[in-house]
Amino acid sequence: MIKLPIYLDNNSTTKCDPRVFAEMTPFFLEDFGNAASKSHAFGWKAEEAVDYAREQIAKIIGANSKEIIITSGATESNNLALKGVFEMYAAKGNHFITVSTEHKAILDACKHLEKLGAEVTYLPVGEDGMIQVSQIKEAIKPNTVLVSVMYANNELGVIQPVREIGALCKEHGVLFHTDATQAVGKIPVDVLADHIDLLSFTAHKMYGPKGVGALYVRRKNPRVKVTAQMDGGGHERGMRSGTLNVTGIVGFGKACEIAMQEMEAEGARLRILRDKLENALLQMEEAYLNGHKEHRLPHTTNISFKYVEGEGLMMGIKDVAVSSGSACTSASLEPSYVLKNLGLDDELAHSSIRFGLSRFTTEEEIDFTIKCVTDAVNKLREMSPLWEMFKEGIDLKSIEWSEH
Amino acid sequence: MAYSEKVIDHYTNPRNIGTLDKASAQVGTGLVGAPECGDVMRLQIQVGENGIIEEAKFKTFGCGSAIASSSLATEWLKGKTIDQALEIDNMEIVEELALPPVKIHCSVLAEDAIKAAINDYRVKNGLEPLELEKSHH
Repeated sequence: MIKLPIYLDNNSTTKCDPRVFAEMTPFFLEDFGNAASKSHAFGWKAEEAVDYAREQIAKIIGANSKEIIITSGATESNNLALKGVFEMYAAKGNHFITVSTEHKAILDACKHLEKLGAEVTYLPVGEDGMIQVSQIKEAIKPNTVLVSVMYANNELGVIQPVREIGALCKEHGVLFHTDATQAVGKIPVDVLADHIDLLSFTAHKMYGPKGVGALYVRRKNPRVKVTAQMDGGGHERGMRSGTLNVTGIVGFGKACEIAMQEMEAEGARLRILRDKLENALLQMEEAYLNGHKEHRLPHTTNISFKYVEGEGLMMGIKDVAVSSGSACTSASLEPSYVLKNLGLDDELAHSSIRFGLSRFTTEEEIDFTIKCVTDAVNKLREMSPLWEMFKEGIDLKSIEWSEH
Repeated sequence: MAYSEKVIDHYTNPRNIGTLDKASAQVGTGLVGAPECGDVMRLQIQVGENGIIEEAKFKTFGCGSAIASSSLATEWLKGKTIDQALEIDNMEIVEELALPPVKIHCSVLAEDAIKAAINDYRVKNGLEPLELEKSHH
């Protein structure tokens, strides 16, 4: 018997793996020490656990543990990377290059820096959500200090040509940051091979706990530094003060260790399930895949069901937890800016659903989801005036819609 | 956000989905909203010789609250005179469906759809269209 509701919103967050949870529990009740306490066994034990976890965390991205700055999550890592570089390298330049489909933690941090005098170039993506390395090459100027391009997009799963971008940045002596929140633990990421100088990631997208993440800061070729954004006890090599979240860090480490061991087999299994789901749903009339078909995370798909509104559709598939690019609230009638940046019509953006599979997703759940979504789309189209017009051959663009 | 039971009921069992003959002089059609805003409602009324709305149908592209608002509107319209129908206020829909503040625009759209349908009917029957208040969204 299948357990409902089914969770297919794993790009938002993942369930903590029970093995991760088990690893964390002693650090709540018994080994609760402060990793910065040098004078007693409680502190030593905590420090030892953190050191071990830091090795695990570093390993998954091919880094050295000394290059890992623990944070509260990817939003903080992104802020620290951008704002920290802006301050630290002010003498070198003030120009940043990023992409229009980045996460808000990047875009809003850039907007903040613009107020402080930064010059930011926001590059557009193609219809498939991909950025071209040549676009970045053309945007680099003598005062460019940082290029920030996400590894894989949170809404589409599209994977950017990070290795090529990294090589380009290295060639031009520009720092390269990547928000790899969606990628780490899902696909191989190697900071050396990819020429990455700064990398943000977080535990809760890879079956670890919420509230803990990391920023990789390269120590060699070149040695990179960021100005701390929080003043205090000088933890994390002075780049991020604050008592270490020992339980979280232990969980993050374990999550990385498991992901390293299982990523390959898990990715292959999820790709098969994702493709099954995707192919079945794309069988429907007027259903479209958003984002590049190949350069994509194995567990994510984003599909627009034309003439059906996303939020209405989610209500119709209440046994399946997903997320939509449509926001139908009076506060925001704007659909997803990521989808709009692909050049999608607003109506298609309003009709999109993102499915994110996980380590815990079963084939039965995918079969159930296929049926559930297909039925709901068909039902809603029967009550959609736009579907009726489409079926009658009326061009929706020819209609003068009332202001709204 | 959680939906009210009444919204869920109208969404799950929508009343009066369908299409009336928009060419008929007896039928008034209101099409409001826009695809790029994420909601479009088409509401139709069929008025009898006695001036009473004898049939009402809708089709809606939108969220659950938009679907429920238009479904409820068709229920309320049947059996009313045009004048009575014009009195339907969006806030009554908000109350009946317990719509949260972020969904009030769905009820506004339903009220607009009613008025647009009535105007279409009036124009077809040689009457002046009513001056409509500019909707509040």
